[in-house]
Amino acid sequence: MTHLLLVEFADESRFAEAARCARSMRYRLIDAYTPYPVEQVFELFEHRDSRIRPAMFAGGVAMAAVAYGLEYYSAVVDYPYDSGGRPLDAWPAFMLVPFATGILLAAVCGFVMFLFETGLPKLSDPVFAVDGFERVSQDRFVLALEPPGEQDRQRAAEFLKSVGATAVREVER
Amino acid sequence: MTMVTTINLDAATEESRWTLPQARGLEAANASIAAPLLERNRWNWLIWWIAFAASLAGSIVFFIAIYLIFSRGIGIWGVNTTIVWGFAIANYVWWIGIGNAGTLISAMLLLMRQPWRASTNRFAEAMTLFAAAIAGIFPIIHLGRPLYFYWLMPYPNTMHLWPQWRSALIWDFWAILSYILFSIIFWYVGLIPDFATLRDRARTKAPALIYGALALGWRGSAQHWHAYEVLHLALACLGVPLVVSLHSVVGMDFATSLMPGWQETIFPPYFVVGAMYSGFAMVVCLAALVRWGFRLEGLITIAHFNVMAKVMLMASIVMGLSYATEWFTAWYGGERADRGLLAFEFTGTYAPMFCTLLLCNVVIPQAFWFSPIRRSIATVFAIAVLINIGMWLERILIVWNTLSHDYTPSMWRQFLPTVWDWLTTFGSFAFFVLLYLVFVRLVPVVSMHEVRKLIAQEGPR
Repeated sequence: MTHLLLVEFADESRFAEAARCARSMRYRLIDAYTPYPVEQVFELFEHRDSRIRPAMFAGGVAMAAVAYGLEYYSAVVDYPYDSGGRPLDAWPAFMLVPFATGILLAAVCGFVMFLFETGLPKLSDPVFAVDGFERVSQDRFVLALEPPGEQDRQRAAEFLKSVGATAVREVER
Repeated sequence: MTMVTTINLDAATEESRWTLPQARGLEAANASIAAPLLERNRWNWLIWWIAFAASLAGSIVFFIAIYLIFSRGIGIWGVNTTIVWGFAIANYVWWIGIGNAGTLISAMLLLMRQPWRASTNRFAEAMTLFAAAIAGIFPIIHLGRPLYFYWLMPYPNTMHLWPQWRSALIWDFWAILSYILFSIIFWYVGLIPDFATLRDRARTKAPALIYGALALGWRGSAQHWHAYEVLHLALACLGVPLVVSLHSVVGMDFATSLMPGWQETIFPPYFVVGAMYSGFAMVVCLAALVRWGFRLEGLITIAHFNVMAKVMLMASIVMGLSYATEWFTAWYGGERADRGLLAFEFTGTYAPMFCTLLLCNVVIPQAFWFSPIRRSIATVFAIAVLINIGMWLERILIVWNTLSHDYTPSMWRQFLPTVWDWLTTFGSFAFFVLLYLVFVRLVPVVSMHEVRKLIAQEGPR
């Protein structure tokens, strides 16, 4: 069980500024919730590179190889059909199916990896129970910090007020 | 496409912004998009119900026509031993062209960093899905023995047969199948954050549950958004070549034949531009209707129509150039059948239709050179409708002209559509309208999170 301090802001610039300040003052940033992507804040978090694109590449190439292999097997090995001496392995004509199916499987793999990395579907989460969290998907910006220790409470409250937080709530997750 | 210029947002004047002051503000944008879905009682749905009833009736006619085609065979159409394709394949090409454009527009504009796509991509992608699905019906019903359509698929069977991979029909099957499934993924990924917004705005239980399930528990965390952006951009990068390949394959359905007027290397790019052209025209029509129906004047502005008119203008020039190249090649190549076909296009049975298509696709869109015409929604809408008609005539005449006038004069015939040809054509349109009406009632017509980002970038009023 970890505790989160959810700090709410009404606009993006204050939110981004607060995230930067909090980091420089050694508060531990755990997450941020925003109504649209705010890349400069994402950069402040410890994160590793997304594996979505490698997964898409691997899935696409594998599917293309399977599709071409199927074409080759059926047209050259299992059912060779000589039509006017044309090559059995007609690779230029065989290209479309590996291409189209490769892209499709790349998309599927990307989506699966997206679900894996985001941890979705996860219909229930403790943060949903927090008052006002429903506005995160609309017009509020929320920063999730590690709650400070007892002796730091006062200082943290002053700091959050000074950066323009509109609400501070604590949740157990 | 490159003529669409990006606007330096720091220097953006009121004139060049993509939103109007009344929609600027996150809550204002959310409210204007979500209200029709969540606060239905406040909206007058009378026109929606009238359109729904009419399109439902048209769709029933469509399915009756398909039933009769299946039970009696394609002889109920006007096809004959010379013109074996008729309306079905022309409609297929027309629908798949429109079906291409949504992804093309959405993905290409995303890659080109065009901020204005935010308010058009959602309904353009929905148009794509429904048009591509309807397009997929036509190749099946045009088959003489539609019950065997699954022979297109490779599967171990007791006949020990495999599909003919060198056939354009097989390419079509895989290209359409991949494209429709890809488009569903692309569309759904873009919808997840919006379903979350609807879940959180819902006041009653049922919408909260349904939209909540569709949102998969989206929390809008930094990690979510990062993964979303990576995936969405990567899908867009793959979507553009997929769309280009799909419509190139449709062009190759014709170009891999040996028929005069079809066997041309220009066909794949010419079809892709044609698809973008008709698709943009359809997006303009839908944009005007959505804007009016959902009072989205603040988000779909004159500036959008202006820029889309510029794209259509450029496409009309490319189309004109493509037609001229075809004529020049036919004349310069010196092949008797090609020259004969060219003369037939301008003087034969279908010449009035051919002139109408040139008028609609090439001549009338030149009006977009003039700023007042681009900045009037009524004129842009009217010209877009004409472009759609012109592009439909083009698809029809690609099929009719060549088949009516091939190498053997003794085989020359004409195509006379029957009532069933017309009912399948208009029925398919009614079915499209029906699907679209259901879409606008259940799904936000404009991408809310992208509009929020656009508004944040454009700054306060």
